[in-house]
Amino acid sequence: MLAYLTRRLVLAILTVWAISVLAFVIIQLPPGDYITSYIAQMSASGSFVTEQEADALREQYGLNQPLWIQYLRWMKLVLRGNFGIAMEWQRPVAEVIGDRLWLTMVVSVAAILLTWGLALPIGIYSAVRQYSLGDYVATFVGFIGLAVPSFLLALVLMYLGFKYFNANIGGLFSDEFVEAPWSLGKAWDLAKHLPLPALILGLAGTAQLIRIMRANLLDELRKPYVVTARARGLPESRVILKYPVRVALNPFASTVGYLLPYVVSGSIIVSLVLSLPTVGPLLLRALIAQDMFLAGTIVLLLGVMTVIGTFLSDLLLMWIDPRIRSEGRR
Amino acid sequence: MDEAAPPATAAEERISVASQWQLMWWRFRRHRVAMAGTVVVLLFYGVVIFADFLAYASPTASEAQRSLLPPQAIHWLDGGRYRPHVYALRGARDPVSLKRVYRPDPERKIPVQLFGHGFPYRLLGLIPTDRHLLAVGEGRAEDTLFLFGTDEQGRDLWSRLMYGTRTSLTIGLCGVALSLVLGVVLGGISGFAGGALDTAIQRLIEILRSIPTIPLWMGLAAALPNDWTVLQVYFAITVIISLVGWTELARVVRGRFLSLREEEFVMAAELAGCSRTRIILSHLVPSFLSHIIAATTLAIPAMIISETSLSFLGLGLRPPAISWGVLLQQAQNIQALAISPWLLVSAVPVIVVIIAFNFMGDGLRDAADPY
Repeated sequence: MLAYLTRRLVLAILTVWAISVLAFVIIQLPPGDYITSYIAQMSASGSFVTEQEADALREQYGLNQPLWIQYLRWMKLVLRGNFGIAMEWQRPVAEVIGDRLWLTMVVSVAAILLTWGLALPIGIYSAVRQYSLGDYVATFVGFIGLAVPSFLLALVLMYLGFKYFNANIGGLFSDEFVEAPWSLGKAWDLAKHLPLPALILGLAGTAQLIRIMRANLLDELRKPYVVTARARGLPESRVILKYPVRVALNPFASTVGYLLPYVVSGSIIVSLVLSLPTVGPLLLRALIAQDMFLAGTIVLLLGVMTVIGTFLSDLLLMWIDPRIRSEGRR
Repeated sequence: MDEAAPPATAAEERISVASQWQLMWWRFRRHRVAMAGTVVVLLFYGVVIFADFLAYASPTASEAQRSLLPPQAIHWLDGGRYRPHVYALRGARDPVSLKRVYRPDPERKIPVQLFGHGFPYRLLGLIPTDRHLLAVGEGRAEDTLFLFGTDEQGRDLWSRLMYGTRTSLTIGLCGVALSLVLGVVLGGISGFAGGALDTAIQRLIEILRSIPTIPLWMGLAAALPNDWTVLQVYFAITVIISLVGWTELARVVRGRFLSLREEEFVMAAELAGCSRTRIILSHLVPSFLSHIIAATTLAIPAMIISETSLSFLGLGLRPPAISWGVLLQQAQNIQALAISPWLLVSAVPVIVVIIAFNFMGDGLRDAADPY
């Protein structure tokens, strides 16, 4: 168990490191550096930066040093929670991102919970009532869910909502709560707005999980122990729920590790369509404005949050699946 | 009874002497949905090849006067006789909004011809011609024929969709080809060499799979210089989306390598003194080629979605390039969409082709191991 935990932890740390390098690459990729954009911005607002001043600034920010030293300097700042200045806003990056990072995670986690909540009963139903009308409907909806990219789904739903209910179904808060400080009322308002984006984000994953659950459970249901249990007169619900479902659940839990990055990824683009106050719209704006510190930080933080989430789901998996717990003892 | 027996043996004999590919084809053919998917995919690639022929208007011909025209229906019969035509559009002012609107004018009929003349192009990139599937009898098709309506710049959506299909579907193929190279090389090394190299590659795959891809793509795509040509951006985007897409293929290749490495025929080849390259190329690759083809087919839709998403955000292909994502960009604004819902027409081929690829890939996967 400890061995498993350590292995996952080491991998998580490696992943975070890889993400930090990638984020740094993204910051470095566009031609020019921070000072070039700074100068451009200054001259746009009418002031002027001399060559000496620019060099002094480069010296001060260490931009004339080799890349790996710059990376280390950046990491040092990041670890202290200093992510630099978002140029477009002239405010610290951390302040600009603010609640948005948490809201991204809230939306993603809600999507995963919904995925589970839907896929579990539908998967069981599809397996137990194989080839029934409900099974076919579930399979069909599943295929649509897999085939329609989430942003298209969001777009179509937005259109339908606008056309037939004349309502804007986007956003995460009602108008009166958008600028309000956090309160119980605001949290409740958030909870009311969550289901739709969560459903849009979760549909593809749900479809996949239903198929996995159905296939696994079908395999289990044909095993002799199920026949035995039934022959001994156990009620049908108990026959199915007690053992086959539990066994079929295992691969189910292990897919969460891949589901989270996928959902977080999707949330970026869905947020843009539904105008959710997550980091998605911010990231796009930052990238278009070439505000690379903001963009790099968002990529870094999203990656780190995802890794933490995946690690937590590993812990959960370990708690569910005794086979993994005993892996270290062997 | 006696008469029924010989055909059965003949069929059995046919099966026992059939090659692996024949067996796979027979198995695949039985999978109805997969066959339907394949037909749809082939039709779409037909559009890719004959995009210029199927389009009737130059995809870049813009005209502010024709902005956001609704789709037009072709009337096939005229007074009981087969004479396809569309109604000419008459401009008028809306008395309420004072906007210029176009209404069909049933008095003026414009005949539509099959295989008529239109804008010049090169068929298959070689033969110069100006024949198109549809053309109008008089004047230019650009001015009168709008099967799917027009976009904000007054460009014909049907024709743009044909060209967009060409871009989006080839980018899917190129991306998959690149991923395939990466996946086969890295997966092959991983599976055949084993040991520390295997562990390293497996960890790399795990790391790549646990990173949210879209923000990463967005970051990389945004860094592409603005002055790059359409072609350069096209290839850069292909590289970016295949950088993340290879992991699944590598996993499949490695799995096959691991299971085949222990087979008797590999040991036999080794004992017979075959070189490693020969074992890999002439013994291993043919036996898992079918699996790779299936995995590749299933990877294409993901590539198409990636390109569409990136271009939709404005970070992928940029105008004047035309792709499904670029076309969908115009549908981003919900108010515009509510007034002109036909802008969403590009969503239909995206969904249809993804479903078709998935069905085809599922069938291929089932048929990949015919024994």
